Amino acid sequence: MIPLGHYLIVSAILFAIGTAGVFLRKNLITILLSIEIMLNAVNLTFVAFGRAQGNVDGQIITFFVMTVAAAEAAVGLAIVIGLFRHRESLNPDAFTSLKW
Amino acid sequence: MPETLLFSLFSGIAIVASALVIGQRNPMYSIMLLITSFGALSALYIQLDAPFVAMAQIIVYAGAIMVLFLFVVMLLNAPQEDGAEWDRAHPLRRPGVSRLGALLAGLLIVQLVWALMRATDASTAVNASGDVAAISSVRSVGRVLFTNYVFAFEATSILILVAMVGAVVLAARESGR
Repeated sequence: MIPLGHYLIVSAILFAIGTAGVFLRKNLITILLSIEIMLNAVNLTFVAFGRAQGNVDGQIITFFVMTVAAAEAAVGLAIVIGLFRHRESLNPDAFTSLKW
Repeated sequence: MPETLLFSLFSGIAIVASALVIGQRNPMYSIMLLITSFGALSALYIQLDAPFVAMAQIIVYAGAIMVLFLFVVMLLNAPQEDGAEWDRAHPLRRPGVSRLGALLAGLLIVQLVWALMRATDASTAVNASGDVAAISSVRSVGRVLFTNYVFAFEATSILILVAMVGAVVLAARESGR
């Protein structure tokens, strides 16, 4: 029998990896991928807590998180395409002006 | 114990693949590794008696969202991170500062693990309570989703519609020029 804490530790490690990716990488696509890692870590926490409580609410919140992740990926990638069209770069440090 | 072995295997795959995602210079490899990580996570969901979430993870995340990322990487055709010289001169990009950031991320892991180890409820088995047949069936998930959470479900459809329109508007070329 696997304790609840083990799932939470795996989730915490995944979340920390995602946080480190957002801070360390300088490629907009990799940063979006790191955000997806963080969302998945939170999903794992929801499902593990829901299973420990013995109800399905954790799984249902996971579906909403997936929906928000899909919307975020679509809009975020559209913004990335728009930025790349203007600057020919994916480096977030290249976008320093508010208007061009 | 096969359960513990499988848990260790799949959580190890998920953690190693996620760590490699942020270590790659080529976004294409990052996306492939992230799909591997999502597959391992869906195995963990099956161990948590949530097969519907596991399938949704494979179909929605690995099948749809990651393909969207893959399309954008191929569309932009800019696989490598460009190391411009002004980028090296940025104060936050110096090696010492980057190392400090990695150290802080490691400290975050240590602190979270320490806090979770101290929690008393965390040592009970995760599948000790509840009826497995009721939790893992799609029927009960759908019943709760369309009764208690029906407003949130309908609001989600509006969210998807707004995101779709927003993505089209943002990514469309300006026709005037």
